[in-house]
Amino acid sequence: MAGTATLPLAGDGSARFLPWVIGLMVFLAALATGAGFAIDAALIRWDEGLRGTLTVQLPPPVAGGPLAQASVDQALAVLRGTGGVTAATALDPQAEVRLLQPWLGDAVEAGQLPLPVLIDVQRAETANVDLADLTRRLADIVPGATVETHGAWLEQLFQVALLIEVAAGVVVALIGAAAVLTVIFTTRTGLMIHRPIVDLLHLMGASDNYIARQFQWHAFRLGLRGGIIGLVPALLAFGAVKFVAARGGTGAADLAPELHLPVLAWVLMALLPPAMGLVGLMTARLTVLRTLARMP
Amino acid sequence: MIRLENVAMRYGRGPEVLQDVDFELAAGSFYFLTGPSGAGKTTLLRLLFLSERPTRGQIWLLGKNMASVSRAELPALRRQIGVVFQEFRLLDHLSALDNVALPLRVAGTPESVIQEHVVDLLRWVGLEDHLSARPSTLSGGQQQRVAIARAIITRPGLLLADEPTGNVDDTIALRLLYLFEELNRLGTTVVIATHNASLIERFGYPTIHLRDGRVTMRPGTGRKG
Repeated sequence: MAGTATLPLAGDGSARFLPWVIGLMVFLAALATGAGFAIDAALIRWDEGLRGTLTVQLPPPVAGGPLAQASVDQALAVLRGTGGVTAATALDPQAEVRLLQPWLGDAVEAGQLPLPVLIDVQRAETANVDLADLTRRLADIVPGATVETHGAWLEQLFQVALLIEVAAGVVVALIGAAAVLTVIFTTRTGLMIHRPIVDLLHLMGASDNYIARQFQWHAFRLGLRGGIIGLVPALLAFGAVKFVAARGGTGAADLAPELHLPVLAWVLMALLPPAMGLVGLMTARLTVLRTLARMP
Repeated sequence: MIRLENVAMRYGRGPEVLQDVDFELAAGSFYFLTGPSGAGKTTLLRLLFLSERPTRGQIWLLGKNMASVSRAELPALRRQIGVVFQEFRLLDHLSALDNVALPLRVAGTPESVIQEHVVDLLRWVGLEDHLSARPSTLSGGQQQRVAIARAIITRPGLLLADEPTGNVDDTIALRLLYLFEELNRLGTTVVIATHNASLIERFGYPTIHLRDGRVTMRPGTGRKG
């Protein structure tokens, strides 16, 4: 028998429930971490995709019917003649319909809707396009024409994403605090249960460190086991989201966000079980040392 | 070696269970501790094995004044004191071998040394066939021998025993006393709390007599048999 197993801690009731409590915490922490990173990665991709891009929207005539192709060509000519614009392409109306189909479903015939003509405009990143002047010139050709830089809604999205990331961080911090409190409670309970043995060990000349070591490694094992218990279903949940998003098709699956997590996110999630072990180890050690310091 | 000066002890706000205790025991001496139940024998032993601190007075143990010993110094000091508890206090989740090995493990002794010494000692106390036995499967006398082996495995400078012959027949009681004498001859100071008047008379060692929390020292009468 190794010298670090004098106290029968493995038989405590706390040893049975603590891994499951920590497992639940790690499951939530992994979801919060993954969600935070997924949102951040999605925003970066959107930002990269839309940087240097403008979208011109030419509304259909108020009187009804499709917009005249001549007006579209005129607008394209204005755009292509504008300094800094490198390309201007009208979106295929069929493509617009396909984009709307998942949202509207089969009950509505998207092709019959009075859809605006969308023009995708590429500009040099360093170019300074006078958007007000461009909008005015386009509106002269097609009344109600607008130029969208995407900056405003991207900015709002970034703010929302930042809030979500901060909330995820707070959730992880709260979970960490809850884990610390749980380990403190469990360790104090263990000390109370095994008080006669702790007293005996003291009388034999055991140092506080000797006794603390037994509690700390016990807590480390429970934290690590709990971490693994929580991480496995979290990874399965991410796998399920990725599978649903990748499967595509029609309906809700098309609306599921593409899950793309950076390597750092996977590393951080993989570190959750050992981190929980270390939290357990340090918390148990400090709790035992503080409690024993009050004993004779 | 052991000196108590005006030592008193009370628990909480209760009455003093020890009052103005004064005595000195030379290093390597052998003493019986006697007195009626409730006289304060266990309390005196608790002070000597550093489980309690006196409410007043001074205690010198193993050359140190306990009043000036910090908490951090206590473990090293306690390792020089072997204790046989009246109720044995063996750990039932450990084998007899591991119970006896405990003081060595606490002191950080290498495992190879532990195995050798513990097996030797358990053989010496007649328990070589019970190395792996759990205390609950042993008889009262066998448990007592495990407790004694645990107390002496570190060759302590001071051995304190609280009624070590209380649960055994006269033959085993005699054997235990011979064991303590053997240890005493190796230099250990021995203090044995007992009610067994015949043993006290037979071995004839000096006695610390306690009555109503006060101590009277009685000289030895010499060995009779």
